[in-house]
Amino acid sequence: MTTAPASIVTAATKYRFRPGLIVAWTLLFIGGIIMVTPLIFMFSTSLKSAGQIYDLRLIPASPTLDNYIRVLSDGRFVRWFLNSSLIAVVVTVSCLFFDSLVAYTLAKFNFAGRKVIFLAILSTLMIPTEMLVIPWYLMSSKLGWLDSYWGIMFPGMMTAFGVFLMRQFFETVPNDFLEAARVDGLNEFQIWWKIAMPLVTPALSALAIFTFLGNWTAFFWPLIVTTDKDLYTLPVGLSSFAVEQSIQWEMIMTGAAIATIPTLLIFLFFQRYIVRGVMLGGVKG
Amino acid sequence: MLNQSTVGVGQKPRAWDRLSISTKQIVWAWTFLAVPILFFSVVRFYPTAEAFYLSLTDWDFLRPASFIGLENYRTLLADPLFWQVFRNTFTYLLIGTPISIVLSFVIAYYLDRIEFGHAFIRALYFLPFLTTAAAMAWVWRWFYQPPPIGIINSLLGMFGLPAQPFLRSVDQGLPAIMATAIWAGLGFQIIIFLAGLRAIPATYHEAARVDGLGEFAILRKITLPLLKPTTIFLVVFSSIGFLRIFDQVYNMTSNDPGGPLNTTKPLVLMIYQTAFSSYQMGYASAQTVVLFLILFAISMGQLWILRSR
Repeated sequence: MTTAPASIVTAATKYRFRPGLIVAWTLLFIGGIIMVTPLIFMFSTSLKSAGQIYDLRLIPASPTLDNYIRVLSDGRFVRWFLNSSLIAVVVTVSCLFFDSLVAYTLAKFNFAGRKVIFLAILSTLMIPTEMLVIPWYLMSSKLGWLDSYWGIMFPGMMTAFGVFLMRQFFETVPNDFLEAARVDGLNEFQIWWKIAMPLVTPALSALAIFTFLGNWTAFFWPLIVTTDKDLYTLPVGLSSFAVEQSIQWEMIMTGAAIATIPTLLIFLFFQRYIVRGVMLGGVKG
Repeated sequence: MLNQSTVGVGQKPRAWDRLSISTKQIVWAWTFLAVPILFFSVVRFYPTAEAFYLSLTDWDFLRPASFIGLENYRTLLADPLFWQVFRNTFTYLLIGTPISIVLSFVIAYYLDRIEFGHAFIRALYFLPFLTTAAAMAWVWRWFYQPPPIGIINSLLGMFGLPAQPFLRSVDQGLPAIMATAIWAGLGFQIIIFLAGLRAIPATYHEAARVDGLGEFAILRKITLPLLKPTTIFLVVFSSIGFLRIFDQVYNMTSNDPGGPLNTTKPLVLMIYQTAFSSYQMGYASAQTVVLFLILFAISMGQLWILRSR
Protein backbone atom coordinates (compact mmCIF):
# COMPACT_ATOMS: atom_id res chain seq x y z
CA MET A 1 0.00 0.00 0.00
CA THR A 2 1.64 3.22 -1.11
CA THR A 3 1.02 6.42 0.75
CA ALA A 4 -1.10 8.94 -1.10
CA PRO A 5 0.12 12.52 -1.34
CA ALA A 6 -1.18 14.53 1.55
CA SER A 7 -2.83 16.98 -0.81
CA ILE A 8 -5.73 14.64 -1.69
CA VAL A 9 -6.57 14.02 1.96
CA THR A 10 -9.32 16.53 2.61
CA ALA A 11 -10.77 17.37 5.97
CA ALA A 12 -14.05 15.73 5.02
CA THR A 13 -12.65 12.28 4.30
CA LYS A 14 -11.34 10.29 7.18
CA TYR A 15 -10.20 7.50 4.93
CA ARG A 16 -8.92 7.34 1.40
CA PHE A 17 -10.75 5.42 -1.25
CA ARG A 18 -9.02 2.15 -1.96
CA PRO A 19 -9.93 -0.76 -4.25
CA GLY A 20 -9.67 -2.90 -1.12
CA LEU A 21 -12.87 -1.24 0.06
CA ILE A 22 -14.85 -2.99 -2.66
CA VAL A 23 -13.63 -6.34 -1.38
CA ALA A 24 -14.44 -5.25 2.18
CA TRP A 25 -17.89 -4.08 1.12
CA THR A 26 -18.64 -7.40 -0.57
CA LEU A 27 -17.46 -9.43 2.42
CA LEU A 28 -19.41 -7.24 4.86
CA PHE A 29 -22.51 -7.62 2.73
CA ILE A 30 -22.21 -11.41 2.62
CA GLY A 31 -21.61 -11.44 6.38
CA GLY A 32 -24.70 -9.30 6.90
CA ILE A 33 -26.80 -11.68 4.85
CA ILE A 34 -25.49 -14.59 6.91
CA MET A 35 -26.50 -12.70 10.07
CA VAL A 36 -30.12 -12.45 8.97
CA THR A 37 -30.29 -15.97 7.50
CA PRO A 38 -31.87 -17.44 10.65
CA LEU A 39 -34.60 -14.80 10.48
CA ILE A 40 -35.17 -15.38 6.77
CA PHE A 41 -35.44 -19.15 7.22
CA MET A 42 -37.75 -18.70 10.19
CA PHE A 43 -40.18 -16.60 8.15
CA SER A 44 -39.83 -18.75 5.05
CA THR A 45 -40.56 -21.97 6.96
CA SER A 46 -43.47 -20.40 8.78
CA LEU A 47 -45.09 -20.03 5.32
CA LYS A 48 -44.52 -23.66 4.33
CA SER A 49 -46.80 -26.63 4.88
CA ALA A 50 -45.52 -29.57 6.94
CA GLY A 51 -44.65 -31.53 3.80
CA GLN A 52 -42.37 -28.82 2.46
CA ILE A 53 -40.07 -28.20 5.39
CA TYR A 54 -37.34 -30.50 4.07
CA ASP A 55 -37.31 -28.36 0.96
CA LEU A 56 -34.71 -25.73 1.74
CA ARG A 57 -35.86 -23.24 -0.90
CA LEU A 58 -36.00 -19.74 0.52
CA ILE A 59 -39.20 -18.80 -1.21
CA PRO A 60 -41.78 -21.47 -0.44
CA ALA A 61 -43.10 -23.35 -3.50
CA SER A 62 -46.67 -22.68 -2.41
CA PRO A 63 -46.68 -20.14 0.42
CA THR A 64 -49.54 -20.46 2.86
CA LEU A 65 -50.71 -18.65 5.98
CA ASP A 66 -52.21 -21.88 7.34
CA ASN A 67 -49.63 -22.16 10.10
CA TYR A 68 -50.42 -18.66 11.34
CA ILE A 69 -54.14 -19.39 11.24
CA ARG A 70 -53.63 -22.64 13.15
CA VAL A 71 -51.35 -21.07 15.75
CA LEU A 72 -53.53 -18.01 16.28
CA SER A 73 -56.88 -19.82 16.25
CA ASP A 74 -55.61 -21.89 19.17
CA GLY A 75 -56.10 -18.71 21.25
CA ARG A 76 -53.14 -19.25 23.55
CA PHE A 77 -50.73 -17.28 21.37
CA VAL A 78 -53.11 -14.34 21.24
CA ARG A 79 -53.34 -14.45 25.00
CA TRP A 80 -49.54 -14.66 25.46
CA PHE A 81 -49.07 -11.88 22.94
CA LEU A 82 -51.49 -9.64 24.85
CA ASN A 83 -49.87 -10.60 28.19
CA SER A 84 -46.44 -9.65 26.91
CA SER A 85 -47.71 -6.40 25.40
CA LEU A 86 -49.51 -5.38 28.58
CA ILE A 87 -46.54 -6.19 30.80
CA ALA A 88 -43.98 -4.50 28.57
CA VAL A 89 -46.11 -1.34 28.22
CA VAL A 90 -46.92 -0.99 31.93
CA VAL A 91 -43.33 -1.59 33.02
CA THR A 92 -42.02 0.84 30.41
CA VAL A 93 -44.41 3.60 31.47
CA SER A 94 -43.54 3.03 35.12
CA CYS A 95 -39.79 3.13 34.41
CA LEU A 96 -40.06 6.30 32.34
CA PHE A 97 -41.99 8.01 35.13
CA PHE A 98 -40.10 6.88 38.21
CA ASP A 99 -36.59 6.60 36.78
CA SER A 100 -36.76 10.15 35.46
CA LEU A 101 -38.37 11.49 38.62
CA VAL A 102 -35.59 10.01 40.73
CA ALA A 103 -32.91 11.05 38.24
CA TYR A 104 -34.24 14.61 38.12
CA THR A 105 -34.38 14.87 41.90
CA LEU A 106 -30.82 13.60 42.22
CA ALA A 107 -29.57 15.91 39.48
CA LYS A 108 -31.34 19.15 40.32
CA PHE A 109 -32.17 19.28 44.03
CA ASN A 110 -29.79 20.23 46.81
CA PHE A 111 -30.32 18.15 49.90
CA ALA A 112 -28.16 16.24 52.31
CA GLY A 113 -28.02 12.57 51.39
CA ARG A 114 -28.47 12.83 47.66
CA LYS A 115 -25.07 11.36 46.93
CA VAL A 116 -25.74 8.46 49.27
CA ILE A 117 -29.08 7.76 47.62
CA PHE A 118 -27.53 7.86 44.17
CA LEU A 119 -24.69 5.51 45.10
CA ALA A 120 -27.12 3.18 46.86
CA ILE A 121 -29.31 2.95 43.75
CA LEU A 122 -26.27 2.57 41.52
CA SER A 123 -24.88 -0.22 43.70
CA THR A 124 -27.92 -2.38 42.91
CA LEU A 125 -26.51 -2.73 39.39
CA MET A 126 -23.85 -4.98 40.93
CA ILE A 127 -26.44 -7.50 42.09
CA PRO A 128 -27.44 -9.97 39.36
CA THR A 129 -31.15 -10.71 38.96
CA GLU A 130 -30.39 -14.40 39.43
CA MET A 131 -29.43 -13.71 43.03
CA LEU A 132 -32.74 -12.01 43.75
CA VAL A 133 -35.17 -14.45 42.13
CA ILE A 134 -35.30 -16.78 45.14
CA PRO A 135 -36.18 -13.96 47.60
CA TRP A 136 -38.60 -12.52 45.01
CA TYR A 137 -40.23 -15.93 44.63
CA LEU A 138 -40.55 -16.25 48.39
CA MET A 139 -42.01 -12.75 48.65
CA SER A 140 -44.43 -13.42 45.78
CA SER A 141 -45.64 -16.65 47.29
CA LYS A 142 -46.20 -15.01 50.69
CA LEU A 143 -48.10 -12.10 49.19
CA GLY A 144 -50.04 -14.15 46.63
CA TRP A 145 -48.29 -12.63 43.63
CA LEU A 146 -47.37 -15.93 41.97
CA ASP A 147 -49.26 -16.35 38.70
CA SER A 148 -50.28 -12.71 38.45
CA TYR A 149 -49.33 -9.85 36.14
CA TRP A 150 -48.07 -7.88 39.10
CA GLY A 151 -45.83 -10.78 40.08
CA ILE A 152 -44.21 -10.73 36.65
CA MET A 153 -43.91 -6.94 36.57
CA PHE A 154 -42.94 -5.79 40.05
CA PRO A 155 -39.16 -6.38 39.92
CA GLY A 156 -38.79 -4.14 36.88
CA MET A 157 -41.00 -1.20 37.80
CA MET A 158 -37.94 0.98 38.42
CA THR A 159 -34.40 0.41 37.24
CA ALA A 160 -31.06 1.69 38.45
CA PHE A 161 -29.89 1.77 34.83
CA GLY A 162 -32.71 4.18 33.94
CA VAL A 163 -31.90 6.46 36.88
CA PHE A 164 -28.24 6.45 35.90
CA LEU A 165 -28.97 7.18 32.23
CA MET A 166 -31.55 9.90 32.84
CA ARG A 167 -29.52 11.68 35.54
CA GLN A 168 -26.78 12.45 33.03
CA PHE A 169 -29.30 14.11 30.76
CA PHE A 170 -31.10 16.08 33.46
CA GLU A 171 -27.74 17.47 34.52
CA THR A 172 -27.47 19.15 31.11
CA VAL A 173 -30.79 21.00 31.60
CA PRO A 174 -29.92 24.66 32.39
CA ASN A 175 -30.90 25.75 35.90
CA ASP A 176 -32.09 29.08 34.50
CA PHE A 177 -35.02 27.35 32.81
CA LEU A 178 -36.11 25.76 36.06
CA GLU A 179 -35.61 29.00 37.98
CA ALA A 180 -37.72 30.93 35.46
CA ALA A 181 -40.53 28.40 35.84
CA ARG A 182 -40.26 28.70 39.63
CA VAL A 183 -40.66 32.47 39.34
CA ASP A 184 -43.69 31.87 37.14
CA GLY A 185 -45.25 30.03 40.08
CA LEU A 186 -45.03 26.44 38.88
CA ASN A 187 -44.56 23.91 41.67
CA GLU A 188 -41.64 21.50 41.61
CA PHE A 189 -43.65 18.64 40.16
CA GLN A 190 -44.89 20.84 37.33
CA ILE A 191 -41.38 22.12 36.67
CA TRP A 192 -40.15 18.56 36.29
CA TRP A 193 -43.08 17.40 34.19
CA LYS A 194 -43.61 20.47 31.98
CA ILE A 195 -40.14 21.99 31.69
CA ALA A 196 -37.46 19.39 32.34
CA MET A 197 -39.06 16.27 30.80
CA PRO A 198 -39.60 17.76 27.31
CA LEU A 199 -35.92 18.70 27.24
CA VAL A 200 -34.74 15.12 27.61
CA THR A 201 -37.03 13.36 25.12
CA PRO A 202 -34.18 11.74 23.16
CA ALA A 203 -32.99 10.02 26.33
CA LEU A 204 -36.57 9.13 27.26
CA SER A 205 -37.17 7.50 23.89
CA ALA A 206 -33.96 5.51 24.23
CA LEU A 207 -34.96 4.37 27.72
CA ALA A 208 -38.46 3.50 26.50
CA ILE A 209 -37.14 1.32 23.68
CA PHE A 210 -34.61 -0.45 25.94
CA THR A 211 -37.16 -1.11 28.63
CA PHE A 212 -39.82 -2.32 26.22
CA LEU A 213 -37.48 -4.68 24.38
CA GLY A 214 -35.96 -5.95 27.62
CA ASN A 215 -39.36 -6.84 28.99
CA TRP A 216 -40.70 -8.19 25.72
CA THR A 217 -37.82 -10.67 25.46
CA ALA A 218 -37.52 -11.41 29.21
CA PHE A 219 -37.52 -15.12 29.97
CA PHE A 220 -35.95 -16.07 33.30
CA TRP A 221 -38.23 -14.39 35.87
CA PRO A 222 -41.52 -14.90 33.96
CA LEU A 223 -40.60 -18.60 33.63
CA ILE A 224 -40.17 -18.82 37.40
CA VAL A 225 -43.13 -16.80 38.59
CA THR A 226 -45.81 -18.29 36.31
CA THR A 227 -47.15 -21.84 36.17
CA ASP A 228 -50.62 -20.91 34.90
CA LYS A 229 -50.44 -21.08 31.09
CA ASP A 230 -52.92 -18.20 30.80
CA LEU A 231 -50.37 -15.89 32.40
CA TYR A 232 -47.34 -16.92 30.37
CA THR A 233 -45.51 -14.20 28.49
CA LEU A 234 -44.82 -14.81 24.80
CA PRO A 235 -41.25 -16.18 25.23
CA VAL A 236 -42.30 -18.56 28.02
CA GLY A 237 -45.43 -19.57 26.11
CA LEU A 238 -43.44 -20.15 22.94
CA SER A 239 -40.98 -22.32 24.86
CA SER A 240 -43.75 -24.55 26.23
CA PHE A 241 -45.51 -24.59 22.85
CA ALA A 242 -42.32 -25.65 21.07
CA VAL A 243 -41.75 -28.49 23.53
CA GLU A 244 -45.23 -29.81 22.94
CA GLN A 245 -44.98 -29.50 19.12
CA SER A 246 -41.69 -31.43 19.26
CA ILE A 247 -40.96 -32.08 15.56
CA GLN A 248 -43.49 -29.84 13.85
CA TRP A 249 -40.85 -27.29 12.98
CA GLU A 250 -43.11 -25.22 10.72
CA MET A 251 -45.39 -24.60 13.71
CA ILE A 252 -42.47 -23.74 15.98
CA MET A 253 -41.09 -21.33 13.36
CA THR A 254 -44.50 -19.68 13.12
CA GLY A 255 -44.55 -19.18 16.88
CA ALA A 256 -41.01 -17.80 16.83
CA ALA A 257 -41.97 -15.46 13.97
CA ILE A 258 -44.94 -14.13 15.94
CA ALA A 259 -42.62 -13.38 18.87
CA THR A 260 -40.12 -11.66 16.57
CA ILE A 261 -42.37 -9.56 14.33
CA PRO A 262 -43.13 -6.83 16.93
CA THR A 263 -39.45 -6.19 17.67
CA LEU A 264 -38.67 -6.02 13.95
CA LEU A 265 -41.51 -3.53 13.46
CA ILE A 266 -40.18 -1.42 16.33
CA PHE A 267 -36.78 -1.50 14.66
CA LEU A 268 -38.20 -0.44 11.29
CA PHE A 269 -40.04 2.52 12.80
CA PHE A 270 -37.46 3.64 15.35
CA GLN A 271 -34.20 2.54 13.74
CA ARG A 272 -32.46 5.87 14.28
CA TYR A 273 -33.53 6.16 17.90
CA ILE A 274 -32.50 2.60 18.61
CA VAL A 275 -29.02 2.86 17.14
CA ARG A 276 -28.47 6.20 18.85
CA GLY A 277 -29.99 4.85 22.05
CA VAL A 278 -27.65 1.87 22.10
CA MET A 279 -24.73 4.23 21.62
CA LEU A 280 -25.97 6.47 24.46
CA GLY A 281 -26.75 3.63 26.82
CA GLY A 282 -23.77 1.52 25.86
CA VAL A 283 -21.12 4.17 25.94
CA LYS A 284 -22.39 5.64 29.17
CA GLY A 285 -23.64 2.46 30.81
CA MET B 1 -32.58 15.03 57.12
CA LEU B 2 -35.54 12.70 57.39
CA ASN B 3 -36.71 14.58 60.49
CA GLN B 4 -36.62 17.85 58.70
CA SER B 5 -38.75 16.53 55.90
CA THR B 6 -41.40 15.00 58.18
CA VAL B 7 -41.62 18.23 60.14
CA GLY B 8 -42.01 20.08 56.86
CA VAL B 9 -44.79 17.85 55.60
CA GLY B 10 -46.56 18.16 58.96
CA GLN B 11 -46.55 21.92 58.70
CA LYS B 12 -47.46 21.94 55.04
CA PRO B 13 -51.11 23.07 55.29
CA ARG B 14 -50.53 26.20 57.36
CA ALA B 15 -46.85 27.06 57.36
CA TRP B 16 -45.81 25.91 53.87
CA ASP B 17 -45.53 29.44 52.49
CA ARG B 18 -43.37 30.56 55.37
CA LEU B 19 -40.70 27.91 54.63
CA SER B 20 -37.52 29.03 52.92
CA ILE B 21 -36.97 27.96 49.33
CA SER B 22 -34.21 25.54 50.26
CA THR B 23 -36.37 23.88 52.90
CA LYS B 24 -39.19 23.53 50.40
CA GLN B 25 -36.72 21.91 48.02
CA ILE B 26 -35.78 19.37 50.66
CA VAL B 27 -39.42 18.54 51.27
CA TRP B 28 -40.06 18.14 47.55
CA ALA B 29 -36.97 16.00 47.08
CA TRP B 30 -37.93 13.51 49.77
CA THR B 31 -41.52 13.47 48.54
CA PHE B 32 -40.31 12.52 45.06
CA LEU B 33 -37.95 9.93 46.46
CA ALA B 34 -40.29 8.31 48.98
CA VAL B 35 -41.84 5.66 46.71
CA PRO B 36 -38.60 4.85 44.87
CA ILE B 37 -36.68 4.47 48.14
CA LEU B 38 -39.36 2.11 49.40
CA PHE B 39 -39.23 0.22 46.11
CA PHE B 40 -35.45 -0.19 46.03
CA SER B 41 -35.42 -1.22 49.69
CA VAL B 42 -38.09 -3.88 49.29
CA VAL B 43 -37.23 -5.18 45.81
CA ARG B 44 -33.45 -4.80 45.74
CA PHE B 45 -31.75 -4.29 49.11
CA TYR B 46 -33.76 -6.57 51.36
CA PRO B 47 -33.73 -9.46 48.82
CA THR B 48 -29.96 -9.08 48.42
CA ALA B 49 -29.45 -9.46 52.17
CA GLU B 50 -31.96 -12.30 52.24
CA ALA B 51 -30.11 -14.16 49.45
CA PHE B 52 -26.91 -14.05 51.52
CA TYR B 53 -28.78 -15.27 54.60
CA LEU B 54 -30.62 -18.06 52.73
CA SER B 55 -27.29 -19.32 51.40
CA LEU B 56 -26.47 -20.21 55.01
CA THR B 57 -29.64 -22.23 55.54
CA ASP B 58 -31.15 -25.58 54.67
CA TRP B 59 -34.53 -24.78 53.20
CA ASP B 60 -36.88 -26.78 50.98
CA PHE B 61 -39.58 -24.09 50.81
CA LEU B 62 -42.07 -26.20 52.82
CA ARG B 63 -40.50 -26.34 56.25
CA PRO B 64 -38.92 -23.25 57.87
CA ALA B 65 -35.31 -22.56 56.92
CA SER B 66 -32.74 -23.86 59.39
CA PHE B 67 -29.37 -22.18 59.79
CA ILE B 68 -26.49 -24.45 58.83
CA GLY B 69 -23.58 -22.04 58.49
CA LEU B 70 -21.31 -22.62 55.53
CA GLU B 71 -22.54 -26.18 54.93
CA ASN B 72 -24.04 -25.29 51.49
CA TYR B 73 -20.73 -23.88 50.33
CA ARG B 74 -18.92 -27.00 51.53
CA THR B 75 -21.38 -29.20 49.67
CA LEU B 76 -21.02 -27.04 46.59
CA LEU B 77 -17.24 -27.22 46.53
CA ALA B 78 -17.41 -31.01 46.88
CA ASP B 79 -20.07 -31.38 44.18
CA PRO B 80 -18.56 -32.67 40.90
CA LEU B 81 -21.58 -31.26 39.02
CA PHE B 82 -20.75 -27.78 40.30
CA TRP B 83 -17.21 -28.04 38.98
CA GLN B 84 -18.43 -29.25 35.62
CA VAL B 85 -20.92 -26.38 35.47
CA PHE B 86 -18.19 -23.98 36.55
CA ARG B 87 -15.97 -25.25 33.72
CA ASN B 88 -18.85 -24.97 31.21
CA THR B 89 -19.66 -21.41 32.30
CA PHE B 90 -16.07 -20.29 31.92
CA THR B 91 -15.80 -22.05 28.58
CA TYR B 92 -18.73 -19.95 27.35
CA LEU B 93 -17.05 -16.86 28.74
CA LEU B 94 -13.42 -17.44 27.82
CA ILE B 95 -14.08 -18.62 24.28
CA GLY B 96 -17.24 -16.66 23.50
CA THR B 97 -15.95 -13.25 24.60
CA PRO B 98 -12.70 -13.14 22.54
CA ILE B 99 -14.45 -14.49 19.44
CA SER B 100 -17.27 -11.98 19.66
CA ILE B 101 -14.94 -9.05 20.44
CA VAL B 102 -12.57 -9.79 17.55
CA LEU B 103 -15.41 -10.45 15.10
CA SER B 104 -17.32 -7.32 16.05
CA PHE B 105 -14.20 -5.15 15.95
CA VAL B 106 -13.18 -6.35 12.47
CA ILE B 107 -16.70 -5.82 11.16
CA ALA B 108 -17.01 -2.38 12.76
CA TYR B 109 -13.54 -1.36 11.54
CA TYR B 110 -14.45 -1.98 7.91
CA LEU B 111 -18.07 -0.91 8.24
CA ASP B 112 -16.84 2.46 9.50
CA ARG B 113 -15.10 3.06 6.15
CA ILE B 114 -18.09 2.21 4.03
CA GLU B 115 -20.41 4.95 2.92
CA PHE B 116 -22.49 3.18 0.32
CA GLY B 117 -25.27 1.21 1.99
CA HIS B 118 -23.74 1.81 5.44
CA ALA B 119 -27.04 2.01 7.33
CA PHE B 120 -28.47 -1.01 5.52
CA ILE B 121 -25.50 -3.29 6.19
CA ARG B 122 -25.34 -2.07 9.78
CA ALA B 123 -29.01 -2.94 10.16
CA LEU B 124 -28.36 -6.49 8.88
CA TYR B 125 -25.80 -7.04 11.62
CA PHE B 126 -27.86 -5.33 14.30
CA LEU B 127 -31.21 -7.08 13.70
CA PRO B 128 -30.37 -10.34 15.56
CA PHE B 129 -29.71 -8.30 18.72
CA LEU B 130 -33.38 -7.29 18.83
CA THR B 131 -34.77 -10.80 18.63
CA THR B 132 -36.13 -12.84 21.53
CA ALA B 133 -33.42 -15.28 22.66
CA ALA B 134 -35.99 -17.94 23.54
CA ALA B 135 -37.50 -17.77 20.02
CA MET B 136 -34.18 -17.73 18.17
CA ALA B 137 -32.90 -20.65 20.24
CA TRP B 138 -35.57 -22.76 18.56
CA VAL B 139 -34.61 -21.55 15.09
CA TRP B 140 -31.00 -22.50 15.75
CA ARG B 141 -32.06 -25.77 17.29
CA TRP B 142 -33.83 -26.54 14.04
CA PHE B 143 -30.72 -25.59 12.05
CA TYR B 144 -28.68 -28.08 14.08
CA GLN B 145 -31.03 -31.04 13.55
CA PRO B 146 -29.71 -34.18 11.86
CA PRO B 147 -30.29 -34.46 8.08
CA PRO B 148 -32.61 -34.05 6.27
CA ILE B 149 -34.31 -31.61 8.70
CA GLY B 150 -31.37 -29.47 9.78
CA ILE B 151 -30.15 -26.90 7.29
CA ILE B 152 -26.51 -26.98 8.38
CA ASN B 153 -26.32 -30.74 7.98
CA SER B 154 -28.10 -30.54 4.62
CA LEU B 155 -25.49 -28.03 3.46
CA LEU B 156 -22.66 -30.24 4.72
CA GLY B 157 -24.24 -33.11 2.78
CA MET B 158 -24.33 -31.04 -0.40
CA PHE B 159 -20.57 -30.57 -0.16
CA GLY B 160 -20.11 -34.25 0.54
CA LEU B 161 -19.14 -33.70 4.19
CA PRO B 162 -20.31 -36.03 6.96
CA ALA B 163 -23.31 -35.00 9.06
CA GLN B 164 -22.51 -33.61 12.51
CA PRO B 165 -24.42 -34.39 15.72
CA PHE B 166 -24.20 -30.78 17.08
CA LEU B 167 -26.58 -30.50 20.05
CA ARG B 168 -26.59 -34.28 20.58
CA SER B 169 -22.86 -34.43 21.11
CA VAL B 170 -20.95 -33.91 24.34
CA ASP B 171 -18.22 -32.11 22.39
CA GLN B 172 -20.23 -30.00 19.96
CA GLY B 173 -23.20 -29.09 22.13
CA LEU B 174 -21.59 -26.23 24.00
CA PRO B 175 -19.94 -24.57 20.95
CA ALA B 176 -23.22 -24.92 19.03
CA ILE B 177 -25.10 -23.04 21.76
CA MET B 178 -22.30 -20.52 22.15
CA ALA B 179 -22.51 -19.71 18.43
CA THR B 180 -26.17 -18.73 18.95
CA ALA B 181 -25.25 -16.42 21.80
CA ILE B 182 -22.38 -14.82 19.84
CA TRP B 183 -24.73 -14.31 16.88
CA ALA B 184 -27.32 -12.59 19.07
CA GLY B 185 -24.87 -10.23 20.78
CA LEU B 186 -22.68 -9.29 17.82
CA GLY B 187 -24.84 -6.41 16.54
CA PHE B 188 -24.73 -4.56 19.85
CA GLN B 189 -20.94 -4.81 20.04
CA ILE B 190 -20.56 -3.62 16.45
CA ILE B 191 -22.68 -0.53 17.16
CA ILE B 192 -20.63 0.29 20.25
CA PHE B 193 -17.34 -0.16 18.38
CA LEU B 194 -18.70 2.03 15.57
CA ALA B 195 -19.54 4.75 18.09
CA GLY B 196 -16.03 4.46 19.50
CA LEU B 197 -14.44 4.66 16.05
CA ARG B 198 -16.56 7.65 15.09
CA ALA B 199 -15.46 9.46 18.24
CA ILE B 200 -11.82 9.40 17.12
CA PRO B 201 -11.17 12.78 15.45
CA ALA B 202 -10.37 12.47 11.74
CA THR B 203 -7.42 14.83 12.19
CA TYR B 204 -5.53 12.11 14.10
CA HIS B 205 -5.68 9.86 11.07
CA GLU B 206 -4.72 12.63 8.69
CA ALA B 207 -1.78 13.67 10.79
CA ALA B 208 -0.59 10.08 10.97
CA ARG B 209 -0.96 9.71 7.22
CA VAL B 210 0.95 12.89 6.58
CA ASP B 211 3.68 11.45 8.76
CA GLY B 212 3.71 8.48 6.40
CA LEU B 213 2.17 5.85 8.67
CA GLY B 214 0.52 2.91 6.90
CA GLU B 215 -3.02 1.74 7.66
CA PHE B 216 -1.82 -1.06 9.92
CA ALA B 217 0.45 1.25 11.89
CA ILE B 218 -2.43 3.72 12.34
CA LEU B 219 -4.63 0.89 13.58
CA ARG B 220 -2.02 -0.33 16.04
CA LYS B 221 -0.70 3.01 17.29
CA ILE B 222 -3.76 5.25 17.20
CA THR B 223 -7.07 3.44 16.75
CA LEU B 224 -6.61 0.55 19.17
CA PRO B 225 -5.15 2.60 22.06
CA LEU B 226 -7.92 5.18 21.72
CA LEU B 227 -10.54 2.43 21.68
CA LYS B 228 -9.28 0.89 24.91
CA PRO B 229 -12.14 2.16 27.13
CA THR B 230 -14.72 0.94 24.58
CA THR B 231 -13.01 -2.43 24.35
CA ILE B 232 -12.84 -2.85 28.12
CA PHE B 233 -16.51 -1.99 28.42
CA LEU B 234 -17.42 -4.54 25.76
CA VAL B 235 -15.20 -7.27 27.24
CA VAL B 236 -16.91 -6.80 30.60
CA PHE B 237 -20.38 -6.53 29.08
CA SER B 238 -19.88 -9.62 26.96
CA SER B 239 -18.30 -11.60 29.83
CA ILE B 240 -21.26 -10.82 32.07
CA GLY B 241 -23.60 -11.91 29.28
CA PHE B 242 -21.88 -15.27 28.84
CA LEU B 243 -21.65 -15.74 32.59
CA ARG B 244 -25.43 -15.36 32.85
CA ILE B 245 -26.30 -17.41 29.76
CA PHE B 246 -29.59 -19.25 30.28
CA ASP B 247 -32.34 -18.65 27.68
CA GLN B 248 -30.47 -20.30 24.81
CA VAL B 249 -29.33 -23.33 26.80
CA TYR B 250 -32.72 -23.91 28.40
CA ASN B 251 -34.52 -23.81 25.05
CA MET B 252 -31.96 -25.64 22.92
CA THR B 253 -31.69 -28.57 25.32
CA SER B 254 -35.21 -28.58 26.76
CA ASN B 255 -35.57 -32.38 26.58
CA ASP B 256 -32.59 -32.70 28.96
CA PRO B 257 -31.75 -29.17 30.16
CA GLY B 258 -28.01 -28.62 30.12
CA GLY B 259 -27.40 -31.96 28.42
CA PRO B 260 -26.15 -34.16 26.96
CA LEU B 261 -24.59 -35.32 30.25
CA ASN B 262 -24.53 -31.75 31.66
CA THR B 263 -21.90 -30.72 29.11
CA THR B 264 -23.73 -27.54 28.14
CA LYS B 265 -25.09 -26.62 31.57
CA PRO B 266 -24.17 -23.10 32.77
CA LEU B 267 -24.33 -21.87 36.35
CA VAL B 268 -27.68 -20.08 35.98
CA LEU B 269 -29.35 -23.25 34.69
CA MET B 270 -27.94 -25.16 37.67
CA ILE B 271 -29.35 -22.45 39.98
CA TYR B 272 -32.74 -22.70 38.27
CA GLN B 273 -32.87 -26.48 38.60
CA THR B 274 -31.63 -26.53 42.20
CA ALA B 275 -34.16 -23.89 43.23
CA PHE B 276 -37.22 -24.64 41.13
CA SER B 277 -36.95 -28.33 40.25
CA SER B 278 -35.38 -29.71 43.46
CA TYR B 279 -36.59 -26.89 45.75
CA GLN B 280 -33.22 -26.79 47.55
CA MET B 281 -33.57 -23.05 48.07
CA GLY B 282 -30.66 -22.66 50.51
CA TYR B 283 -28.28 -24.58 48.28
CA ALA B 284 -29.43 -22.61 45.22
CA SER B 285 -28.89 -19.34 47.10
CA ALA B 286 -25.30 -20.35 47.80
CA GLN B 287 -24.87 -20.87 44.04
CA THR B 288 -26.28 -17.39 43.35
CA VAL B 289 -23.77 -15.93 45.82
CA VAL B 290 -20.98 -17.63 43.87
CA LEU B 291 -22.36 -16.10 40.66
CA PHE B 292 -22.42 -12.72 42.37
CA LEU B 293 -18.81 -13.08 43.54
CA ILE B 294 -17.63 -13.88 40.01
CA LEU B 295 -19.52 -10.88 38.59
CA PHE B 296 -18.16 -8.70 41.36
CA ALA B 297 -14.61 -9.78 40.60
CA ILE B 298 -15.06 -8.98 36.90
CA SER B 299 -16.48 -5.51 37.66
CA MET B 300 -13.67 -4.77 40.09
CA GLY B 301 -11.19 -5.89 37.45
CA GLN B 302 -12.72 -3.41 35.03
CA LEU B 303 -12.43 -0.56 37.53
CA TRP B 304 -8.85 -1.54 38.32
CA ILE B 305 -7.83 -1.60 34.64
CA LEU B 306 -9.56 1.72 33.94
CA ARG B 307 -7.89 3.35 36.93
CA SER B 308 -4.37 2.13 36.18
CA ARG B 309 -4.64 3.55 32.70
